Amino acid sequence: MGVGVAQSGLARKEQVSGWLFVMPALVLLGVFMIYPILWSLWMSFQVGRGMAFSFGGFANIMRLTQDPVFLRALTNTLTFLAIQVPIMLVLALLFASALNDSKLWGRSWFRTAIFLPCVTSLVAYSVVFRSMFAQDGIMNQMLMGLSIIEAPIPWLADPFWAKVVIISAITWRWTGYNMIFYLAAMQNIDRSIYEAAKIDGVPAWARFWYITIPMLKPVILFTTVISTIGTLQLFDEVNLITQGGPSDSTLTLSLYIYNLSFRFMPSFGYAATVSYVIVVLVGILTFIQFLAARDRRA
Amino acid sequence: MSNQIALIGRTATYLLLVLAAFISVFPFFWMMIGATNTSADIIKGRALPGGALWANMVNFFTSVDMPRILFNSFFIAGFGTAMTLLVSSLAGYGFEMFRSRFREKIFGSLLLMLSIPFAALMVPLFIMMANLKMINTYQAIILPTVASIFIVFYFRQATKAFPHELRDAARIDGLKEWQIFLFVYMPVMRSTYAAATIIVFMANWNNYLWPLIVLQTNEMKTLTLVVAGLTSAYTPDFGVVMVGAIFATLPTLVIFFLLQRRFVEGMLGAVK
Repeated sequence: MGVGVAQSGLARKEQVSGWLFVMPALVLLGVFMIYPILWSLWMSFQVGRGMAFSFGGFANIMRLTQDPVFLRALTNTLTFLAIQVPIMLVLALLFASALNDSKLWGRSWFRTAIFLPCVTSLVAYSVVFRSMFAQDGIMNQMLMGLSIIEAPIPWLADPFWAKVVIISAITWRWTGYNMIFYLAAMQNIDRSIYEAAKIDGVPAWARFWYITIPMLKPVILFTTVISTIGTLQLFDEVNLITQGGPSDSTLTLSLYIYNLSFRFMPSFGYAATVSYVIVVLVGILTFIQFLAARDRRA
Repeated sequence: MSNQIALIGRTATYLLLVLAAFISVFPFFWMMIGATNTSADIIKGRALPGGALWANMVNFFTSVDMPRILFNSFFIAGFGTAMTLLVSSLAGYGFEMFRSRFREKIFGSLLLMLSIPFAALMVPLFIMMANLKMINTYQAIILPTVASIFIVFYFRQATKAFPHELRDAARIDGLKEWQIFLFVYMPVMRSTYAAATIIVFMANWNNYLWPLIVLQTNEMKTLTLVVAGLTSAYTPDFGVVMVGAIFATLPTLVIFFLLQRRFVEGMLGAVK
Protein backbone atom coordinates (compact mmCIF):
# COMPACT_ATOMS: atom_id res chain seq x y z
CA MET A 1 0.00 0.00 0.00
CA GLY A 2 2.84 2.30 0.91
CA VAL A 3 4.37 1.68 -2.50
CA GLY A 4 1.08 2.53 -4.23
CA VAL A 5 0.85 5.90 -2.48
CA ALA A 6 4.45 6.69 -3.29
CA GLN A 7 3.89 5.81 -6.94
CA SER A 8 0.74 7.88 -7.32
CA GLY A 9 2.55 10.74 -5.61
CA LEU A 10 5.36 10.41 -8.14
CA ALA A 11 2.92 10.19 -11.02
CA ARG A 12 1.22 13.34 -9.80
CA LYS A 13 4.54 15.15 -9.51
CA GLU A 14 5.34 14.00 -13.03
CA GLN A 15 2.00 15.37 -14.27
CA VAL A 16 2.48 18.72 -12.57
CA SER A 17 6.01 19.17 -13.97
CA GLY A 18 4.75 18.23 -17.42
CA TRP A 19 2.04 20.86 -17.27
CA LEU A 20 4.47 23.51 -16.04
CA PHE A 21 6.70 22.96 -19.05
CA VAL A 22 3.81 23.14 -21.49
CA MET A 23 1.90 25.93 -19.79
CA PRO A 24 3.67 29.09 -21.09
CA ALA A 25 3.14 27.99 -24.70
CA LEU A 26 -0.48 26.99 -24.09
CA VAL A 27 -1.31 30.26 -22.32
CA LEU A 28 0.23 32.31 -25.13
CA LEU A 29 -1.56 30.26 -27.78
CA GLY A 30 -4.79 30.71 -25.89
CA VAL A 31 -4.40 34.47 -25.71
CA PHE A 32 -2.99 35.12 -29.19
CA MET A 33 -4.64 32.38 -31.23
CA ILE A 34 -7.71 30.71 -29.73
CA TYR A 35 -9.19 33.85 -28.22
CA PRO A 36 -8.73 35.94 -31.40
CA ILE A 37 -10.09 33.24 -33.70
CA LEU A 38 -13.22 32.88 -31.54
CA TRP A 39 -13.52 36.64 -31.22
CA SER A 40 -13.25 36.87 -34.98
CA LEU A 41 -16.16 34.45 -35.33
CA TRP A 42 -18.27 36.60 -33.00
CA MET A 43 -17.17 39.73 -34.83
CA SER A 44 -18.25 38.34 -38.16
CA PHE A 45 -21.84 38.75 -36.98
CA GLN A 46 -21.31 42.39 -36.05
CA VAL A 47 -21.96 45.34 -38.33
CA GLY A 48 -20.78 48.93 -38.06
CA ARG A 49 -17.78 51.08 -38.80
CA GLY A 50 -14.70 51.66 -36.71
CA MET A 51 -15.16 50.58 -33.10
CA ALA A 52 -18.95 51.01 -33.10
CA PHE A 53 -20.43 47.52 -33.38
CA SER A 54 -23.96 46.22 -33.32
CA PHE A 55 -25.30 42.73 -33.85
CA GLY A 56 -26.21 42.22 -37.48
CA GLY A 57 -27.08 38.53 -37.62
CA PHE A 58 -26.37 37.23 -41.10
CA ALA A 59 -26.08 40.72 -42.62
CA ASN A 60 -22.36 40.26 -43.32
CA ILE A 61 -22.89 36.91 -44.98
CA MET A 62 -25.61 38.42 -47.17
CA ARG A 63 -23.23 41.24 -47.99
CA LEU A 64 -20.59 38.72 -49.11
CA THR A 65 -22.88 37.25 -51.76
CA GLN A 66 -23.57 40.70 -53.23
CA ASP A 67 -20.10 42.19 -52.96
CA PRO A 68 -18.45 42.13 -56.40
CA VAL A 69 -15.04 43.02 -54.93
CA PHE A 70 -15.20 40.07 -52.54
CA LEU A 71 -16.30 37.71 -55.32
CA ARG A 72 -13.41 38.92 -57.45
CA ALA A 73 -10.91 38.46 -54.59
CA LEU A 74 -12.28 34.96 -54.02
CA THR A 75 -12.05 34.05 -57.72
CA ASN A 76 -8.52 35.48 -57.97
CA THR A 77 -7.33 33.59 -54.89
CA LEU A 78 -8.78 30.30 -56.13
CA THR A 79 -7.30 30.93 -59.59
CA PHE A 80 -3.84 31.43 -58.08
CA LEU A 81 -4.33 28.28 -56.04
CA ALA A 82 -5.55 26.10 -58.90
CA ILE A 83 -2.85 27.19 -61.34
CA GLN A 84 0.19 28.05 -59.24
CA VAL A 85 0.29 25.17 -56.74
CA PRO A 86 0.19 22.35 -59.35
CA ILE A 87 2.78 24.07 -61.59
CA MET A 88 5.12 24.62 -58.67
CA LEU A 89 4.80 21.11 -57.23
CA VAL A 90 5.29 19.44 -60.62
CA LEU A 91 8.38 21.58 -61.26
CA ALA A 92 9.70 20.77 -57.79
CA LEU A 93 9.21 17.04 -58.39
CA LEU A 94 10.90 17.30 -61.78
CA PHE A 95 13.94 19.13 -60.40
CA ALA A 96 14.18 16.81 -57.41
CA SER A 97 14.17 13.69 -59.55
CA ALA A 98 16.77 15.20 -61.89
CA LEU A 99 18.96 16.07 -58.90
CA ASN A 100 18.46 12.69 -57.25
CA ASP A 101 20.95 11.20 -59.72
CA SER A 102 24.25 10.85 -57.86
CA LYS A 103 26.17 10.72 -61.17
CA LEU A 104 24.83 14.12 -62.20
CA TRP A 105 27.60 16.62 -62.83
CA GLY A 106 27.35 19.84 -60.79
CA ARG A 107 24.59 18.42 -58.65
CA SER A 108 25.17 20.46 -55.51
CA TRP A 109 25.57 23.65 -57.57
CA PHE A 110 22.22 23.14 -59.25
CA ARG A 111 20.60 22.32 -55.92
CA THR A 112 21.97 25.41 -54.22
CA ALA A 113 20.98 27.64 -57.15
CA ILE A 114 17.41 26.36 -57.27
CA PHE A 115 17.09 26.57 -53.50
CA LEU A 116 18.50 30.11 -53.33
CA PRO A 117 15.18 31.95 -53.89
CA CYS A 118 13.82 30.66 -50.56
CA VAL A 119 16.53 32.61 -48.78
CA THR A 120 15.18 35.98 -49.91
CA SER A 121 12.67 37.98 -47.96
CA LEU A 122 9.26 38.18 -49.59
CA VAL A 123 9.48 41.96 -49.59
CA ALA A 124 12.91 42.11 -51.23
CA TYR A 125 12.11 39.69 -54.01
CA SER A 126 8.73 41.31 -54.63
CA VAL A 127 10.25 44.73 -55.21
CA VAL A 128 12.94 43.22 -57.44
CA PHE A 129 10.30 41.42 -59.50
CA ARG A 130 8.27 44.59 -59.81
CA SER A 131 11.23 46.33 -61.45
CA MET A 132 11.93 43.37 -63.75
CA PHE A 133 8.40 43.36 -65.13
CA ALA A 134 8.28 47.08 -65.98
CA GLN A 135 6.88 47.94 -69.43
CA ASP A 136 10.34 48.51 -70.99
CA GLY A 137 12.02 46.34 -68.39
CA ILE A 138 14.45 43.46 -68.55
CA MET A 139 11.86 40.70 -68.96
CA ASN A 140 10.36 42.23 -72.08
CA GLN A 141 13.83 42.95 -73.48
CA MET A 142 15.03 39.39 -72.92
CA LEU A 143 11.88 37.84 -74.38
CA MET A 144 12.05 40.14 -77.39
CA GLY A 145 15.78 39.51 -77.76
CA LEU A 146 15.07 35.78 -77.91
CA SER A 147 12.22 36.48 -80.39
CA ILE A 148 9.72 34.78 -78.07
CA ILE A 149 7.51 37.86 -78.23
CA GLU A 150 7.34 40.63 -80.83
CA ALA A 151 5.94 43.52 -78.83
CA PRO A 152 6.46 44.29 -75.14
CA ILE A 153 3.90 42.70 -72.84
CA PRO A 154 2.13 45.17 -70.52
CA TRP A 155 2.89 42.92 -67.52
CA LEU A 156 1.58 45.03 -64.70
CA ALA A 157 -1.03 47.00 -66.63
CA ASP A 158 -3.02 44.09 -68.02
CA PRO A 159 -5.31 41.97 -65.78
CA PHE A 160 -4.23 38.68 -67.37
CA TRP A 161 -0.49 39.36 -67.43
CA ALA A 162 -0.54 40.77 -63.91
CA LYS A 163 -1.82 37.38 -62.74
CA VAL A 164 0.94 35.70 -64.74
CA VAL A 165 3.54 37.88 -62.99
CA ILE A 166 2.17 36.99 -59.54
CA ILE A 167 2.09 33.27 -60.38
CA SER A 168 5.65 33.38 -61.77
CA ALA A 169 6.86 35.27 -58.72
CA ILE A 170 5.43 32.82 -56.19
CA THR A 171 6.64 29.87 -58.25
CA TRP A 172 10.12 31.39 -58.36
CA ARG A 173 10.18 31.86 -54.58
CA TRP A 174 8.80 28.49 -53.44
CA THR A 175 9.73 25.80 -56.00
CA GLY A 176 13.15 25.19 -54.44
CA TYR A 177 11.60 24.97 -50.99
CA ASN A 178 9.30 22.14 -52.07
CA MET A 179 12.10 20.53 -54.07
CA ILE A 180 14.17 20.14 -50.90
CA PHE A 181 11.37 18.15 -49.26
CA TYR A 182 11.04 15.86 -52.28
CA LEU A 183 14.78 15.40 -52.57
CA ALA A 184 15.09 14.42 -48.90
CA ALA A 185 12.23 11.94 -49.28
CA MET A 186 13.69 10.48 -52.50
CA GLN A 187 17.01 9.89 -50.80
CA ASN A 188 15.21 7.78 -48.20
CA ILE A 189 13.80 5.41 -50.83
CA ASP A 190 15.67 2.11 -50.89
CA ARG A 191 17.80 2.07 -54.04
CA SER A 192 17.41 -1.69 -54.45
CA ILE A 193 13.75 -1.18 -55.44
CA TYR A 194 14.93 0.80 -58.46
CA GLU A 195 17.66 -1.71 -59.27
CA ALA A 196 15.12 -4.55 -59.23
CA ALA A 197 12.73 -2.63 -61.47
CA LYS A 198 15.58 -1.78 -63.83
CA ILE A 199 16.56 -5.43 -64.14
CA ASP A 200 12.92 -6.28 -64.88
CA GLY A 201 13.07 -3.79 -67.76
CA VAL A 202 10.78 -1.14 -66.28
CA PRO A 203 11.42 2.12 -68.21
CA ALA A 204 12.53 5.28 -66.39
CA TRP A 205 9.17 7.09 -66.63
CA ALA A 206 7.37 4.05 -65.22
CA ARG A 207 9.87 3.77 -62.37
CA PHE A 208 9.15 7.43 -61.57
CA TRP A 209 5.38 7.02 -61.84
CA TYR A 210 4.95 3.67 -60.11
CA ILE A 211 7.76 3.79 -57.52
CA THR A 212 8.82 7.36 -56.78
CA ILE A 213 5.39 9.03 -56.74
CA PRO A 214 3.69 6.46 -54.46
CA MET A 215 6.67 6.47 -52.09
CA LEU A 216 6.53 10.27 -51.91
CA LYS A 217 2.82 10.45 -51.24
CA PRO A 218 3.08 11.64 -47.61
CA VAL A 219 5.51 14.42 -48.60
CA ILE A 220 3.41 15.40 -51.61
CA LEU A 221 0.39 15.63 -49.33
CA PHE A 222 2.34 17.73 -46.83
CA THR A 223 3.62 20.15 -49.49
CA THR A 224 0.19 20.40 -51.08
CA VAL A 225 -1.40 21.28 -47.75
CA ILE A 226 1.18 23.92 -46.79
CA SER A 227 1.15 25.43 -50.30
CA THR A 228 -2.64 25.57 -50.22
CA ILE A 229 -2.66 27.29 -46.84
CA GLY A 230 0.05 29.68 -48.01
CA THR A 231 -1.61 30.58 -51.30
CA LEU A 232 -5.01 31.12 -49.69
CA GLN A 233 -3.33 33.76 -47.51
CA LEU A 234 -1.35 35.38 -50.32
CA PHE A 235 -0.62 38.97 -49.37
CA ASP A 236 3.00 40.21 -49.57
CA GLU A 237 3.56 39.71 -53.29
CA VAL A 238 0.27 41.12 -54.48
CA ASN A 239 0.50 44.11 -52.15
CA LEU A 240 4.03 44.93 -53.32
CA ILE A 241 4.08 43.97 -56.99
CA THR A 242 0.61 44.95 -58.21
CA GLN A 243 -1.21 46.43 -55.17
CA GLY A 244 -4.04 44.11 -56.17
CA GLY A 245 -4.42 45.85 -59.55
CA PRO A 246 -4.99 46.53 -62.32
CA SER A 247 -8.69 46.98 -61.48
CA ASP A 248 -8.63 44.35 -58.70
CA SER A 249 -7.41 41.62 -61.07
CA THR A 250 -4.82 40.40 -58.53
CA LEU A 251 -6.73 41.32 -55.37
CA THR A 252 -6.60 38.38 -52.94
CA LEU A 253 -8.76 37.64 -49.90
CA SER A 254 -5.97 38.60 -47.49
CA LEU A 255 -5.34 41.88 -49.27
CA TYR A 256 -9.08 42.60 -49.25
CA ILE A 257 -9.24 41.94 -45.49
CA TYR A 258 -6.30 44.30 -45.04
CA ASN A 259 -7.96 46.96 -47.18
CA LEU A 260 -11.27 46.61 -45.36
CA SER A 261 -9.61 46.91 -41.96
CA PHE A 262 -6.70 49.26 -42.39
CA ARG A 263 -6.84 51.11 -45.68
CA PHE A 264 -10.45 52.26 -45.88
CA MET A 265 -12.72 53.36 -43.04
CA PRO A 266 -12.43 50.19 -40.93
CA SER A 267 -15.22 47.71 -41.26
CA PHE A 268 -13.89 45.10 -38.84
CA GLY A 269 -17.02 42.96 -38.65
CA TYR A 270 -17.20 42.46 -42.39
CA ALA A 271 -13.42 41.90 -42.57
CA ALA A 272 -13.81 39.14 -39.97
CA THR A 273 -16.50 37.53 -42.11
CA VAL A 274 -14.18 37.55 -45.13
CA SER A 275 -11.41 36.07 -42.98
CA TYR A 276 -13.70 33.21 -42.00
CA VAL A 277 -14.11 32.44 -45.68
CA ILE A 278 -10.36 31.67 -45.68
CA VAL A 279 -10.70 29.56 -42.51
CA VAL A 280 -13.52 27.54 -44.09
CA LEU A 281 -11.63 27.17 -47.40
CA VAL A 282 -8.47 25.98 -45.64
CA GLY A 283 -10.54 23.48 -43.67
CA ILE A 284 -12.42 22.10 -46.69
CA LEU A 285 -9.39 21.90 -48.99
CA THR A 286 -7.15 20.28 -46.37
CA PHE A 287 -9.89 17.74 -45.66
CA ILE A 288 -10.32 16.94 -49.37
CA GLN A 289 -6.57 16.54 -49.81
CA PHE A 290 -6.39 14.08 -46.91
CA LEU A 291 -9.33 12.13 -48.33
CA ALA A 292 -7.76 12.02 -51.78
CA ALA A 293 -4.48 10.77 -50.33
CA ARG A 294 -6.30 8.06 -48.39
CA ASP A 295 -8.43 6.98 -51.38
CA ARG A 296 -5.49 6.32 -53.62
CA ARG A 297 -3.89 4.14 -51.01
CA ALA A 298 -6.96 1.86 -50.80
CA MET B 1 19.32 3.36 -80.29
CA SER B 2 18.69 3.18 -76.56
CA ASN B 3 22.03 4.91 -76.08
CA GLN B 4 20.79 7.75 -78.25
CA ILE B 5 17.62 8.07 -76.18
CA ALA B 6 19.68 8.12 -73.00
CA LEU B 7 21.88 10.86 -74.45
CA ILE B 8 18.86 12.94 -75.45
CA GLY B 9 17.38 12.44 -71.99
CA ARG B 10 20.60 13.49 -70.34
CA THR B 11 20.96 16.58 -72.50
CA ALA B 12 17.34 17.54 -71.77
CA THR B 13 17.97 17.13 -68.04
CA TYR B 14 20.99 19.42 -68.15
CA LEU B 15 19.17 22.01 -70.26
CA LEU B 16 16.28 21.99 -67.80
CA LEU B 17 18.58 22.36 -64.80
CA VAL B 18 20.68 25.09 -66.39
CA LEU B 19 17.56 27.03 -67.29
CA ALA B 20 16.11 26.56 -63.79
CA ALA B 21 19.37 27.61 -62.15
CA PHE B 22 19.61 30.67 -64.40
CA ILE B 23 16.04 31.76 -63.62
CA SER B 24 16.63 31.16 -59.91
CA VAL B 25 19.80 33.20 -59.73
CA PHE B 26 18.98 35.97 -62.22
CA PRO B 27 16.91 38.17 -59.85
CA PHE B 28 19.87 38.23 -57.41
CA PHE B 29 22.12 39.38 -60.23
CA TRP B 30 19.47 41.90 -61.26
CA MET B 31 19.22 43.25 -57.72
CA MET B 32 22.98 43.81 -57.52
CA ILE B 33 23.25 45.34 -60.99
CA GLY B 34 20.21 47.48 -60.17
CA ALA B 35 21.90 48.98 -57.13
CA THR B 36 24.50 50.48 -59.47
CA ASN B 37 22.01 51.95 -61.93
CA THR B 38 19.67 54.91 -61.92
CA SER B 39 15.96 54.25 -61.51
CA ALA B 40 15.34 55.22 -65.15
CA ASP B 41 17.94 52.71 -66.36
CA ILE B 42 16.48 49.93 -64.20
CA ILE B 43 13.01 50.49 -65.61
CA LYS B 44 14.52 50.44 -69.11
CA GLY B 45 16.06 47.05 -68.34
CA ARG B 46 19.75 48.00 -68.37
CA ALA B 47 21.56 44.77 -67.46
CA LEU B 48 25.08 46.24 -67.19
CA PRO B 49 26.65 47.78 -64.10
CA GLY B 50 26.22 51.55 -64.02
CA GLY B 51 27.79 54.40 -62.12
CA ALA B 52 24.96 55.27 -59.76
CA LEU B 53 25.89 53.03 -56.82
CA TRP B 54 27.25 55.85 -54.72
CA ALA B 55 24.28 58.12 -55.43
CA ASN B 56 21.84 55.31 -54.60
CA MET B 57 23.65 54.57 -51.35
CA VAL B 58 23.66 58.26 -50.37
CA ASN B 59 19.96 58.54 -51.19
CA PHE B 60 19.21 55.42 -49.19
CA PHE B 61 21.15 56.47 -46.10
CA THR B 62 19.76 60.00 -46.12
CA SER B 63 16.15 58.87 -46.45
CA VAL B 64 16.44 56.05 -43.90
CA ASP B 65 17.64 56.26 -40.28
CA MET B 66 19.63 53.09 -40.78
CA PRO B 67 21.07 52.56 -37.26
CA ARG B 68 17.62 52.85 -35.71
CA ILE B 69 15.98 50.66 -38.37
CA LEU B 70 18.67 48.00 -38.05
CA PHE B 71 18.27 48.06 -34.28
CA ASN B 72 14.50 47.57 -34.65
CA SER B 73 14.96 44.69 -37.06
CA PHE B 74 17.68 42.94 -35.08
CA PHE B 75 15.93 43.49 -31.75
CA ILE B 76 12.56 42.18 -32.95
CA ALA B 77 14.09 39.26 -34.81
CA GLY B 78 16.73 38.46 -32.16
CA PHE B 79 14.74 38.86 -28.96
CA GLY B 80 11.67 37.34 -30.59
CA THR B 81 13.70 34.32 -31.69
CA ALA B 82 15.15 33.79 -28.20
CA MET B 83 11.67 33.93 -26.64
CA THR B 84 10.19 31.61 -29.25
CA LEU B 85 12.93 29.04 -28.79
CA LEU B 86 12.64 29.11 -25.01
CA VAL B 87 8.84 28.85 -24.77
CA SER B 88 8.40 26.44 -27.66
CA SER B 89 11.25 24.12 -26.68
CA LEU B 90 9.93 24.00 -23.10
CA ALA B 91 6.61 22.85 -24.51
CA GLY B 92 8.16 20.36 -26.94
CA TYR B 93 10.19 18.88 -24.07
CA GLY B 94 7.14 18.82 -21.80
CA PHE B 95 4.96 17.08 -24.35
CA GLU B 96 7.52 14.37 -25.03
CA MET B 97 9.03 13.72 -21.60
CA PHE B 98 6.04 13.84 -19.26
CA ARG B 99 2.97 11.64 -19.35
CA SER B 100 -0.25 13.35 -18.49
CA ARG B 101 -3.88 12.61 -19.11
CA PHE B 102 -4.81 14.87 -21.97
CA ARG B 103 -1.37 15.14 -23.53
CA GLU B 104 -2.10 13.57 -26.90
CA LYS B 105 -5.50 15.26 -27.24
CA ILE B 106 -4.00 18.68 -26.60
CA PHE B 107 -1.09 18.02 -28.90
CA GLY B 108 -3.48 16.87 -31.63
CA SER B 109 -5.52 20.04 -31.32
CA LEU B 110 -2.32 22.08 -31.61
CA LEU B 111 -1.63 20.41 -34.94
CA LEU B 112 -5.13 21.33 -36.09
CA MET B 113 -4.45 24.93 -35.08
CA LEU B 114 -1.45 24.90 -37.38
CA SER B 115 -3.87 25.50 -40.23
CA ILE B 116 -5.43 28.65 -38.76
CA PRO B 117 -4.57 31.35 -41.27
CA PHE B 118 -3.00 34.54 -39.93
CA ALA B 119 -5.42 36.52 -42.09
CA ALA B 120 -8.18 35.40 -39.73
CA LEU B 121 -6.27 36.59 -36.68
CA MET B 122 -5.03 39.98 -37.79
CA VAL B 123 -8.19 41.99 -37.17
CA PRO B 124 -8.92 40.74 -33.62
CA LEU B 125 -5.19 40.84 -32.75
CA PHE B 126 -5.02 44.44 -33.91
CA ILE B 127 -8.03 45.45 -31.80
CA MET B 128 -6.56 43.55 -28.86
CA MET B 129 -3.26 45.40 -29.17
CA ALA B 130 -5.13 48.71 -29.50
CA ASN B 131 -7.04 47.96 -26.28
CA LEU B 132 -3.79 47.05 -24.52
CA LYS B 133 -2.24 50.33 -25.79
CA MET B 134 0.50 48.30 -27.46
CA ILE B 135 0.16 49.57 -31.02
CA ASN B 136 3.57 50.69 -32.34
CA THR B 137 5.55 48.71 -29.75
CA TYR B 138 8.06 45.87 -30.01
CA GLN B 139 6.03 43.63 -27.72
CA ALA B 140 3.02 43.83 -30.04
CA ILE B 141 5.15 42.31 -32.80
CA ILE B 142 6.93 39.75 -30.65
CA LEU B 143 4.20 38.41 -28.31
CA PRO B 144 1.90 36.73 -30.87
CA THR B 145 4.86 34.90 -32.43
CA VAL B 146 6.42 33.52 -29.22
CA ALA B 147 4.41 30.29 -28.97
CA SER B 148 5.07 28.70 -32.35
CA ILE B 149 3.20 25.44 -32.89
CA PHE B 150 5.62 24.56 -35.66
CA ILE B 151 8.62 24.89 -33.34
CA VAL B 152 6.85 23.04 -30.50
CA PHE B 153 6.29 20.21 -32.95
CA TYR B 154 9.88 20.41 -34.15
CA PHE B 155 11.25 20.14 -30.61
CA ARG B 156 8.91 17.31 -29.69
CA GLN B 157 10.14 15.32 -32.69
CA ALA B 158 13.78 16.07 -31.86
CA THR B 159 13.26 15.21 -28.17
CA LYS B 160 12.39 11.63 -29.15
CA ALA B 161 16.14 11.20 -29.69
CA PHE B 162 17.00 12.64 -26.28
CA PRO B 163 18.11 9.76 -24.00
CA HIS B 164 15.77 9.39 -21.03
CA GLU B 165 18.66 7.89 -19.03
CA LEU B 166 20.28 11.33 -18.94
CA ARG B 167 17.24 12.73 -17.20
CA ASP B 168 17.00 9.78 -14.80
CA ALA B 169 20.67 10.14 -13.88
CA ALA B 170 20.23 13.87 -13.30
CA ARG B 171 17.21 13.18 -11.10
CA ILE B 172 19.23 10.76 -9.00
CA ASP B 173 21.86 13.47 -8.69
CA GLY B 174 19.13 15.62 -7.17
CA LEU B 175 18.63 18.13 -10.00
CA LYS B 176 15.22 19.77 -10.18
CA GLU B 177 13.19 19.46 -13.37
CA TRP B 178 13.97 23.00 -14.57
CA GLN B 179 17.67 22.43 -13.87
CA ILE B 180 17.60 19.26 -15.95
CA PHE B 181 16.06 21.22 -18.82
CA LEU B 182 18.51 24.07 -18.52
CA PHE B 183 21.76 22.21 -17.82
CA VAL B 184 21.26 18.80 -19.40
CA TYR B 185 18.66 19.07 -22.16
CA MET B 186 19.62 22.41 -23.71
CA PRO B 187 23.35 21.64 -24.13
CA VAL B 188 22.62 18.17 -25.52
CA MET B 189 20.11 19.55 -28.03
CA ARG B 190 22.22 22.47 -29.22
CA SER B 191 22.14 21.47 -32.87
CA THR B 192 18.34 21.37 -32.76
CA TYR B 193 18.40 24.85 -31.24
CA ALA B 194 20.76 26.04 -33.96
CA ALA B 195 18.52 24.78 -36.76
CA ALA B 196 15.40 26.24 -35.12
CA THR B 197 17.17 29.56 -34.58
CA ILE B 198 17.80 29.91 -38.29
CA ILE B 199 14.20 29.18 -39.24
CA VAL B 200 12.64 31.43 -36.60
CA PHE B 201 15.09 34.29 -37.09
CA MET B 202 14.43 34.27 -40.82
CA ALA B 203 10.67 34.26 -40.35
CA ASN B 204 10.88 37.15 -37.88
CA TRP B 205 13.31 39.15 -39.99
CA ASN B 206 11.12 38.81 -43.08
CA ASN B 207 7.76 39.28 -41.38
CA TYR B 208 5.80 41.90 -43.27
CA LEU B 209 2.03 41.90 -42.77
CA TRP B 210 1.83 42.04 -38.97
CA PRO B 211 4.53 44.73 -38.55
CA LEU B 212 2.86 46.67 -41.39
CA ILE B 213 -0.33 46.76 -39.33
CA VAL B 214 1.18 47.43 -35.91
CA LEU B 215 4.29 49.58 -36.46
CA GLN B 216 3.09 53.01 -37.48
CA THR B 217 5.87 55.54 -36.93
CA ASN B 218 9.09 55.70 -38.91
CA GLU B 219 11.38 55.25 -35.91
CA MET B 220 9.73 51.91 -35.03
CA LYS B 221 9.83 50.37 -38.51
CA THR B 222 11.85 47.31 -39.48
CA LEU B 223 14.10 47.10 -42.52
CA THR B 224 11.52 44.93 -44.29
CA LEU B 225 8.87 47.62 -43.80
CA VAL B 226 11.23 50.38 -44.90
CA VAL B 227 12.11 48.58 -48.13
CA ALA B 228 8.43 47.98 -48.80
CA GLY B 229 7.74 51.64 -48.04
CA LEU B 230 10.34 52.79 -50.57
CA THR B 231 8.21 51.30 -53.37
CA SER B 232 4.94 52.82 -52.25
CA ALA B 233 5.66 56.16 -53.97
CA TYR B 234 3.92 56.61 -57.30
CA THR B 235 7.29 56.57 -59.08
CA PRO B 236 9.67 54.75 -56.74
CA ASP B 237 13.41 55.28 -57.05
CA PHE B 238 14.34 51.72 -57.94
CA GLY B 239 18.06 52.30 -57.49
CA VAL B 240 17.45 53.12 -53.83
CA VAL B 241 14.96 50.24 -53.59
CA MET B 242 17.63 47.81 -54.81
CA VAL B 243 20.11 49.03 -52.19
CA GLY B 244 17.45 48.43 -49.54
CA ALA B 245 16.58 45.01 -50.95
CA ILE B 246 20.24 43.99 -50.76
CA PHE B 247 20.45 45.01 -47.11
CA ALA B 248 17.20 43.18 -46.36
CA THR B 249 18.41 39.97 -48.03
CA LEU B 250 21.99 40.04 -46.74
CA PRO B 251 21.52 38.59 -43.22
CA THR B 252 19.56 35.55 -44.37
CA LEU B 253 21.86 35.05 -47.35
CA VAL B 254 24.92 35.08 -45.08
CA ILE B 255 23.29 32.64 -42.64
CA PHE B 256 22.42 30.39 -45.55
CA PHE B 257 25.92 30.23 -46.96
CA LEU B 258 27.60 29.81 -43.56
CA LEU B 259 25.22 27.16 -42.26
CA GLN B 260 23.81 25.63 -45.42
CA ARG B 261 23.46 22.09 -44.10
CA ARG B 262 21.82 23.14 -40.83
CA PHE B 263 19.58 25.55 -42.70
CA VAL B 264 18.14 22.78 -44.83
CA GLU B 265 17.92 20.44 -41.82
CA GLY B 266 15.88 23.05 -40.00
CA MET B 267 13.46 23.40 -42.88
CA LEU B 268 13.00 19.66 -43.14
CA GLY B 269 13.10 19.08 -39.40
CA ALA B 270 9.47 19.44 -38.45
CA VAL B 271 8.23 16.97 -41.04
CA LYS B 272 10.34 13.93 -40.35
